[in-house]
Amino acid sequence: MSESLLRVDSIETFYGPIQAIRGISLDVAPGQIVTVLGANGAGKTTVLRTISGVLDPERGRVMFEGKDIARMPPDQVMQLGICHVPEGRETFPFLTVRENLMMGAYTRRDSAGIASDLELCFNYFPRLQERQHQRAGLLSGGEQQMLAISRALMGKPRLLLLDEPSLGLSPLLVQQIFSIIRRINTEQKVAILLVEQNAAIALRTADFGYVLEVGRIVAADDCKTLMARDDIREFYLGQKEAGERGVRRWKKKRMWN
Amino acid sequence: MEDAARILQLVVNGAAAGCIYGLIALGFVLIYKATEMVNFAQGDIMMLGGFVAFSLIAKFGMNYWVGALLAIVITAAFGYLLDAVVLRRVIGQPQFAVVMLTLGLGFIFRAGAGITWGYDSVGFNTPFTNKTVNMGGLIVGADNLSIIVGTLLLCVVLFIFFNKTRLGVAMQAASQNQLAAYYMGIPVRRIFSLIWAISAGVACMAGILLSPVSMIDVNMGSLAIKSFAAAVIGGFGSIPGSLIGGILVGIVEQFAGYKLPAGFQEVTANVVLLLMLIVRPQGLFAERMGKRV
Repeated sequence: MSESLLRVDSIETFYGPIQAIRGISLDVAPGQIVTVLGANGAGKTTVLRTISGVLDPERGRVMFEGKDIARMPPDQVMQLGICHVPEGRETFPFLTVRENLMMGAYTRRDSAGIASDLELCFNYFPRLQERQHQRAGLLSGGEQQMLAISRALMGKPRLLLLDEPSLGLSPLLVQQIFSIIRRINTEQKVAILLVEQNAAIALRTADFGYVLEVGRIVAADDCKTLMARDDIREFYLGQKEAGERGVRRWKKKRMWN
Repeated sequence: MEDAARILQLVVNGAAAGCIYGLIALGFVLIYKATEMVNFAQGDIMMLGGFVAFSLIAKFGMNYWVGALLAIVITAAFGYLLDAVVLRRVIGQPQFAVVMLTLGLGFIFRAGAGITWGYDSVGFNTPFTNKTVNMGGLIVGADNLSIIVGTLLLCVVLFIFFNKTRLGVAMQAASQNQLAAYYMGIPVRRIFSLIWAISAGVACMAGILLSPVSMIDVNMGSLAIKSFAAAVIGGFGSIPGSLIGGILVGIVEQFAGYKLPAGFQEVTANVVLLLMLIVRPQGLFAERMGKRV
């Protein structure tokens, strides 16, 4: 696969002495939505942080458009066209919504392009336009998520890293946000690497999926195929036939790897 | 009974002294908001700035305005380098390391200034020295007036800079959420060094404004202790708070010096600070929205 936009090649990342990622490889093709599923502590966020340069991998390579970005600082990675929507939104609470968005375009100099992208964001999320002069810290959780996504879009990314966009949102809002994520992907031709705990909606939104467990990839396939698999259905989609789940979970888990 | 003119006189003098405290406090607050470091060398940077201005104006015979501007630029560059070369290395270390480092830097600056410029008080001629302005019967020293006006102008400039320019808003952003600022491609380290540069420049301006009132000497930086009180009174994190805290301390101090027995004037800043900590521990202008974790 030489046409990959992003290729993560057997990276290993540590938090001090603790190894969070034990050799992960994944590919994102241009214009594709790829999702990484996994439970708490599986290492999903660490993968994204390693890509965006906040963490440096001990071993392995991160190739973006054929360039190794594994040990680059995050502001340079961003300038190459990778925008990160961090977990927990991380807006600038005392800046207005509009100022937050303008910060997303900090590295850009084309004021006409910035203005049209601002228009685009307001198009996707009209709520942000209504609240553009309010401080971001006063927005609701869903609005802050919209803001975080829009702020990343303002950087005109070719790859968007989305970390748990469903976190703490109502089911209805999750539906809305994911349909807009899909629209952004098709309309703006932005590739998306999506990390999610909400596997049901992630699998429905994405094209290709990886399943992560304690720092390793245990399954990788098209989302349609993944959704049809029994183990995925049981552990990540919460659908199971009759029977006691606790015992079966352990038995089934052994079968992976 | 005091006459009103007397009281007004005290208020103006106090406000002028308070503006100086406020400017130093502003430097504390800017750096603290951005990097969560407290720079205890802030007063000594003011002293260095004063000496640099003295060299340029009195020694090299520059025009007051040119010399003052150049001194501010030089001191700001010094602040930038101080962060880029020294303080950046202690990011992530315990607070105590930063406290010791900046206190130590203060000692070095004082010794360095003593070696370079000597331990005697020096001064230079300013357009405000020994002049008075008559404002409707109220006689005000031009030096005091220049401090107040200069501080107000600086506030306006800083307000516009932090709220209207891209770089200024980015400085706010980097202070509020460093990680997110990195994700936006904002060069956070350079921004922090620039904040140090602004703080040092403001300190230098305070030193220049203060020079006609009290001379420049190696130990003039010790008034930073009162500025620290002013910053805490203002809420340590609020820019208007630090200035108003400074003016409050300055005015109370003037009245204490006038009304109370000798010696009380020196402790009033700390008395005001203690009272504030008892009555309103978060300070006058605390930003109460907290950080989201």
